[in-house]
Amino acid sequence: MVFRLLGLATAAAILAGAGSAPAATLTIGTSAEPSSLDPHYHNLGPNTRARKHVFESLVGFDAKMRLQPELAESWRAVDDTTWEFKLRKDVKFHDGSPFTAQDFVYTVCRIPNVANSPSSFTVYTKGIAAIEVPDPHTLVIKTGKPYPLLPAELATFGIISAKAAGGEQVTFDKAGCKADSWPTSQAFNDGTLMIGTGPFKHKEYVKGGRQVLERNPDYWGPKPAWDTVVFRPITSDGPRVAALLAGDVDMIETPPVQDMERLKGTPSVTLAQAQSARVIYLALGVQDTPPTITGTDGKNPLKDARVREALSLAVDRDAIVKRVMQGVAEPANQFLPAGFFGNNPDVKVHTDAAKAKKLLEEAGYPKGFQLTLGTPNDRYINDDKVAQAVAQMFTRIGVQTKVDATTANVFFSKRNKQEYSVFLAGWQADSGEMSSPLKALVATPIKDKGYGTTNYTSWSDPEFDGMLDTALATVDDAQREKLLQAAVKRAMDATIIVPLHYEVTVWAMKKGLSYEPRADQYTLAAKVVPAQP
Amino acid sequence: MSAAREESPLRRLARDFARSRVAVVGLAVLVLVMLAAVFAQLVAPQDPYDLAQLDIMDSLQPPGTAGGAGWTYWLGTDDQGRDLWSAIVFGLRTSLEVGILATLIALAVGVAVGMLAAYAGGAVDGAIMRLVDIQLSFPAILIALILLALLGKGVDKVIVALAAVQWAYYARTVRGSALVERRKEYVEAARCLALPHSRIMLRHLLPNCLPPLIVVATVQVAHAIALEATLSFLGVGVPVTEPSLGMLIASGYGFMLSGNYWVSLFPGVALLVVIVAINLVGDRLRDVLNPRLSH
Amino acid sequence: MIVFILRRLTQSAVVIAAMAVLVFTGIFAIGNPIDVLISPEADEVERAAAIARLGLDQPMHVQFARFVESAVGGDLGTSFVHGVPALGLVLQRFPATLELALAAMLLAVLLGIPLGLWAGLKPDSVAGRVIMTGSILGFSLPTFWVGMMLIMAFAVQLGWLPAGGRGQTASLFGIQWSFLTRDGLAHLILPAINLATFKLSLVIRLARAGTREVALQDYVKFARAKGLSPARVVGVHILKNIMIPVVTVLGLELGSVIAFSVVTESVFAWPGMGKLLIESILQLDRPVVVAYLLLTVLLFVVINLVVDLIYSMLDPRIRLGGGRA
Repeated sequence: MVFRLLGLATAAAILAGAGSAPAATLTIGTSAEPSSLDPHYHNLGPNTRARKHVFESLVGFDAKMRLQPELAESWRAVDDTTWEFKLRKDVKFHDGSPFTAQDFVYTVCRIPNVANSPSSFTVYTKGIAAIEVPDPHTLVIKTGKPYPLLPAELATFGIISAKAAGGEQVTFDKAGCKADSWPTSQAFNDGTLMIGTGPFKHKEYVKGGRQVLERNPDYWGPKPAWDTVVFRPITSDGPRVAALLAGDVDMIETPPVQDMERLKGTPSVTLAQAQSARVIYLALGVQDTPPTITGTDGKNPLKDARVREALSLAVDRDAIVKRVMQGVAEPANQFLPAGFFGNNPDVKVHTDAAKAKKLLEEAGYPKGFQLTLGTPNDRYINDDKVAQAVAQMFTRIGVQTKVDATTANVFFSKRNKQEYSVFLAGWQADSGEMSSPLKALVATPIKDKGYGTTNYTSWSDPEFDGMLDTALATVDDAQREKLLQAAVKRAMDATIIVPLHYEVTVWAMKKGLSYEPRADQYTLAAKVVPAQP
Repeated sequence: MSAAREESPLRRLARDFARSRVAVVGLAVLVLVMLAAVFAQLVAPQDPYDLAQLDIMDSLQPPGTAGGAGWTYWLGTDDQGRDLWSAIVFGLRTSLEVGILATLIALAVGVAVGMLAAYAGGAVDGAIMRLVDIQLSFPAILIALILLALLGKGVDKVIVALAAVQWAYYARTVRGSALVERRKEYVEAARCLALPHSRIMLRHLLPNCLPPLIVVATVQVAHAIALEATLSFLGVGVPVTEPSLGMLIASGYGFMLSGNYWVSLFPGVALLVVIVAINLVGDRLRDVLNPRLSH
Repeated sequence: MIVFILRRLTQSAVVIAAMAVLVFTGIFAIGNPIDVLISPEADEVERAAAIARLGLDQPMHVQFARFVESAVGGDLGTSFVHGVPALGLVLQRFPATLELALAAMLLAVLLGIPLGLWAGLKPDSVAGRVIMTGSILGFSLPTFWVGMMLIMAFAVQLGWLPAGGRGQTASLFGIQWSFLTRDGLAHLILPAINLATFKLSLVIRLARAGTREVALQDYVKFARAKGLSPARVVGVHILKNIMIPVVTVLGLELGSVIAFSVVTESVFAWPGMGKLLIESILQLDRPVVVAYLLLTVLLFVVINLVVDLIYSMLDPRIRLGGGRA
């Protein structure tokens, strides 16, 4: 305790220019643990958070999820299907070897070859048709068709050292690269291959216990303020807050919204919060036989646009944000908040219970019907509580609603089998742009286009799909944004997805630290700074 | 049932029971609680399961706040705007139902199986005890978790799951004490008289195995209620829209640090009162029923 | 004796096989792990590829046959979530749980037997009543609530003890233990108390019930009449007789303490295998759940065997081998 305070004081002193001093340690309590340290094993939030400390990507995101240079200092679209990336020349891996284009080539080759990977990053590399390396610090990437999302997708995976993995001779082949063997995930977990270019070096990893990192003294970018960073997974909300209040950790991720008032009133704690790219929504199923609607003689009332609109009008988003989310959320009117690429400022949603009742009557349901709303109870912030509040609001306009709240393992299997007429879920746009939710939630499921992967509503609108096709083939950003905004309007008019709110991500830390809150929800130790004295 | 000669056994039991004043108080509380649970609609001003009666804008009101519908939230409201007093009364019903039914089912199954094992011995005993081993080697919480995940949500399902978790304890306990009793003279004597097996088991073995069973069963009603709370805490258990006491505590868990103490405190107190009452009654019953302690 | 042990072991093998089938089908029925594990951004192609990588594209019985085949060779499969051998994952977490469970049992016995004896010998004294009321409370409160209260009181309000985690560990026999360091011991106290509460109440009750029965029996009355000192009567005659139920129950309970550490480990972020189990169930990580259960069952079988052996030593009336000898 005393040591840590001393550490903080000295860290502040360093920043104030007081010269070298003893070690500064930052301990962070995380809400989830990575499933592996292998940066390509599992496309999952906590894994990416861990990866970003040690391994970097060509392109990065700033705190507002806008693209920014990382290992590539610049890039441009040469033509509709060709991109050129200029790499930084001053970058060294943790073992001292220089970073070159071959490391990128090897990384792209390795990604499809991770044994037992439950969710691989191939979704982000499949757009690459060919890679040319004119010189060690230039990459020319060809895509099969116009692919505006390429830079954003290159921001999702970390680059490993080809030399450390013995892959200096491996060349890219769309059909599958050739190598004698590929690195195992185990080699990352035990630290052997934890050689990246990031601001921190790997030091120690005890599964379920802690991950220890130390500063990379040769980092090309701004040096982090911390000599040592310790990540401790504390997955239960209460104990995580308690650990911060007790001084066991210096900073925690996502304190529960219920404790926000208390944390705000605690003088030794500061908070940082940012709107995230995750929308919590209701999906209204238009199946011919509704799985969880009764009282309609087997018909599905949700096939009637008026009924869907009525349900959307019944929802009081301000009440949900204020009462259930304790103010730590933003009411949502579309799939991504204002400021994100593709947000359409003209799209609005309203609350009007009287009009909702009238619409139900017009549609032939003056007495409403019975509905079961599916929701996970351990996936999103207060998910089952939000669902209950929604059920209240539906019941009030005459749609008697029950809530079926289950753990995520049961919920997602049921939802994916379309066993709910209406379900609550969340969508986070990893690329930070509108095409992601539109493609996944609204588009008709089309296998080879990767459309409708999370469309469990049986909704299909060919005209919308066409609009999306055009937008996704438009490399010019300004033009694409217009096309996406038009698609958003069309999707919202259909009321197939009812947006509820955008989650707000919160970090709580000891007084004396500051953190620029990030829309992508990641906790990056390098960006945690001791406040100026 | 053989008739009593001087005084009916039930009357004697009642008289013995009444000697402990604490136990009588416990019984009185228990009866009150049961009445409140049975007549929940009359006792509670609000039906907390009727979503149309709830208002999210009334959520997390402190005790004593005036409610919109003309009555006062004497114990405050929870995060969905449920009147806590009403929620506790209705929750009591669910918790008691779960605890008592699960224990009774488990007890019946366990006693039957345990007695059979002890009395039959040999291969039957071996097979049954191996089954008990299988059962006991599964962590209770896991069976309940898996069962409930398979069955879905609902009070009936929780009862089945809890009974499935508990029967083996009784079987083992019954067998253990029956094994000891079986060797005693009175059983040998009964056997020499060539009394039917069922009679020996029911009239001679069972009463003597009962005292430890009552200790376990008392404990298990409480345990069942607590286990149900834990399952709710883990996200299976009863439906969120029809909370039991355990569920109320579990959802109040998140509000503990924030100062909304009433959400978990009052249901916690209610749970405590119920369980202490059950235990007081059970303890006394055990003392009264144990033939070696009654004089 | 050897015949008895052999028979037990054969029976146990059957138990383990039956359990493997049960858990395998049980988790298969809950849902598809890919639904939980895969990134929402993944497309159909990637989904199919991931399912194939984890071997989930095969029908149930083929998956089970594969599992049995490799299980015979000691390989219980690779974790769907973590991509490392499941058994290794569980074993790595085992010492933490064992340490916690043993600490809790030790607390329960060391405090429970004397308290239960006292309450049994002087049932009507104030102390006796307080002890019994305390034991009722110990039963009543859900573990997670008690844990949270402990954290609130001792970590947040008083600041005496850490709120969670395992703290510093030191190595003994090549395994990391918390109780060997000051910091680790401080981390161990609250979770151990939390886990012990329930068992402590159970031990108190058993000891009290046993004491009350035994104290009234003729041989104890006789021993008293003979003029033996009260300490000797309690220490030899009573203690020995109440140990029978206590030992049986404790034997049974060690397994359940290990299993029930699930909740305590979640509340205190204790990196044991109970926490691993809960996470694995929530993510439908079947190999880990199966490995955990097989290990627990094995442990349980061994404990049962030992309990029965001790039982027969303490109570010569019970004979091994099913009773009909």
